[in-house]
Amino acid sequence: MVGLTTDPIDPRLVEQAVAHPGAGAILTFLGVTRNHFEDRPVTGLHYQAYGEMAQPELQRICEEAAARWAGVRVALLHRVGDVSVGEISVVIAVSAPHRDDAYQASRYTIDQLKQRVPIWKQEHYVDGQAWKANLPPDAVASAPSIKDVDGEYGE
Amino acid sequence: MVVTVRYFAVLRERRGVETEDIQVDADTTISQLYARLFPPTAAGTMPVLFAVNQCYVDRDHCLSAGDEVAFIPPLGGG
Repeated sequence: MVGLTTDPIDPRLVEQAVAHPGAGAILTFLGVTRNHFEDRPVTGLHYQAYGEMAQPELQRICEEAAARWAGVRVALLHRVGDVSVGEISVVIAVSAPHRDDAYQASRYTIDQLKQRVPIWKQEHYVDGQAWKANLPPDAVASAPSIKDVDGEYGE
Repeated sequence: MVVTVRYFAVLRERRGVETEDIQVDADTTISQLYARLFPPTAAGTMPVLFAVNQCYVDRDHCLSAGDEVAFIPPLGGG
């Protein structure tokens, strides 16, 4: 189970996709819509995807994780369209024989997703909206985790 | 020759369409087409990744007739 969906995601279904008798750990990451950007209230998000490219790219990332950590299985669903505050935007479920590999594979999958998969996020505010970009994972920890695309290069 | 260009996010808003067919000369590179469609503003040029037929390519990739071209603005998934 790897892909995009316009419907709310049930994390249990994603976990079930990686469950098997050889697994000693199942680790689930939930990305959820927060209600603010810095001091500005966020009323919701809109995710847009280049679906024909995002789907195989997600598949490749999950296969890379499974190849890199022995015995690991990865399932992933990402929302597209409108997502309300508090809703889940992405679920990554990882099963592994031992927990350390599950933590590493989960971190790898979300980091790669943010860097490579053609999905875009628009934050909606009471008085407008803006496209927001992920920063590289090696960006300084004190910097905001996202930047305003329109503001930086707008016409 | 003609290529099909797909636009997303902020670039879709700037161009005003989701997709269009564009006439280009042979030997045109994908970064040359980007510069033609989105000339630098006072703030500079938005950094993008380049994709042809749903795969990432280098900025010097030469386009072929019938290619599906996409400029990938800064990503926001997750």
